[in-house]
Amino acid sequence: MVAEHETHAAIEAVFRIERARLIGGLARLLRDMDRAEELAQDALAIALAEWPRSGVPENPGAWLMAAARRRAIDGIRRDRMRARKHAEIGRDLTEAEDRTAALEAALDDDLGDELLALIFTACHPLLSADARAALTLRVVGGLTTAEVARAFLVPEATMAQRIVRAKKAIAQAGLPFAVPRGAERAARLPSVLEVIYLIFNEGYAATAGDDLTRPALCQEAMHLGRILAGLLPEEPEVHGLLALMEIQASRLPARTGPDGAAITLPEQDRARWDRLLIRRGLAALARAEALGGADGPYALQAALAACHARAARAEETDWLRIAGLYDRLLATLPSPVVALNRAVAHGMAFGPEAALALLDPLAAEEALEGYAPLHAARGDALFRVGRAAEARAEFEEAAALSQNRQERTFLLRRAASCEQARSG
Amino acid sequence: MRVMVIVKATADSEAGVMPSTELLAAMGRYNEELVKAGIMLAGEGLKPSSQGKRVAFDGPNRRVIDGPFAETRELVAGFWLWEVKDMAEAVEWVKRCPNPMPGPSEIEIRPIFEMADFGEVATPEIIAQEEKLRQQLR
Repeated sequence: MVAEHETHAAIEAVFRIERARLIGGLARLLRDMDRAEELAQDALAIALAEWPRSGVPENPGAWLMAAARRRAIDGIRRDRMRARKHAEIGRDLTEAEDRTAALEAALDDDLGDELLALIFTACHPLLSADARAALTLRVVGGLTTAEVARAFLVPEATMAQRIVRAKKAIAQAGLPFAVPRGAERAARLPSVLEVIYLIFNEGYAATAGDDLTRPALCQEAMHLGRILAGLLPEEPEVHGLLALMEIQASRLPARTGPDGAAITLPEQDRARWDRLLIRRGLAALARAEALGGADGPYALQAALAACHARAARAEETDWLRIAGLYDRLLATLPSPVVALNRAVAHGMAFGPEAALALLDPLAAEEALEGYAPLHAARGDALFRVGRAAEARAEFEEAAALSQNRQERTFLLRRAASCEQARSG
Repeated sequence: MRVMVIVKATADSEAGVMPSTELLAAMGRYNEELVKAGIMLAGEGLKPSSQGKRVAFDGPNRRVIDGPFAETRELVAGFWLWEVKDMAEAVEWVKRCPNPMPGPSEIEIRPIFEMADFGEVATPEIIAQEEKLRQQLR
């Protein structure tokens, strides 16, 4: 390639494109994620020194990998010399020789699945979901530790600790940085999907902080989801998750009002929904279904989101279909919260009596004790069948339980309207 | 950020010359890379401008003009929509694209307006309000 002046910004952009794959390849060779990250950073430093003169090489990924491997071999040789000097012959030395041999043998051995292997390792179930999410954002997403700390609203030092501990746990377990196949993949894929959806939700319904949503985090999760869909195109749930995220994210522009308050789904200005994301989400859902994954938990949730995306106006929502999807989701993912949502959907599809019939047994559910949405849902159904006094009590109960000020105001207003309905 | 990556037309593309098998294969590999990198949102190739139409606006008048259109190098032959971190990343990805045309050609990258570009305060309600105000002032 003709030598040309390359700015540092351009070189760093090249590095960003190659970084995760580079770390994946190095981590596989060294079985050490921390060292792999360091070596990748070394390779960037070498590129920044050489490329402004030589130009960006034809295959920058291979170039960076070769530079990092040379560094790794140099390091191991140095260790070996030191070991020899101190006559500490034995396990360390043999191990170092094995590693040099492995590195040299691997120079031309490019399997092409380093990135996928890195994702599966960073999302290994031996780590907690929070640790998996942090590590994935750091090594796969390329966020700095400070950025990951901001994403989870913890101090940077705490996050640095969490990431270091996660890397150590992986090293101690001797994970092979390989892509699991067959039954093992089926067993481990959910833990990868869980991490990506956790990152998405942290952005979509920020559990803490001042902002209701943090779109940059949703963006990061969708990026990870798209990478995964590109690497595992035959896995229906990967497409199901991507569909769910894209359809939900399509509403981000309509989800907060000018004052930063949440706008509920029926009240949103649907003209502000992102049509490109809806189109992509529906296509991903169709792909998940075509691969035989229509009843996967993510695909079903995506199908539910799609019902809203397809309705041009809130009144056009296909509640019959939603009720049917919730029946299937409850069978796949039995949880009291899904059961509650199902009851609400049945209420919309078949009337408030149907909702009450499904809600009454849920009141005894221990997991839903003190859960404001249950009381709000009961309040709504009771109000609609004309049992205003009971409805009012439920709304007041819900308001007392709610953590969110805006929501509390809304519930108290509904309680007050029950009183009017009774006297009026 | 979202960018539109615009493949400019050439005399060949305007003449409806179909790409060679090699180019199609190389493009296929490139598109696959874009998908695996998680940046590809959409992409389409356009038929020559001889099959296109333009609508010219002048006040209340609308005049329909049939293709082909003259200024070949300014015409669009195809586009992608990508989600990238910044323009530098988009440029690096475009450099990796095989030359989309048999002869010399050009690809243009344009950032797409996003909510944030309108500032934090400028919600559509406010933009609509401002629009109304501007009309009143006119």
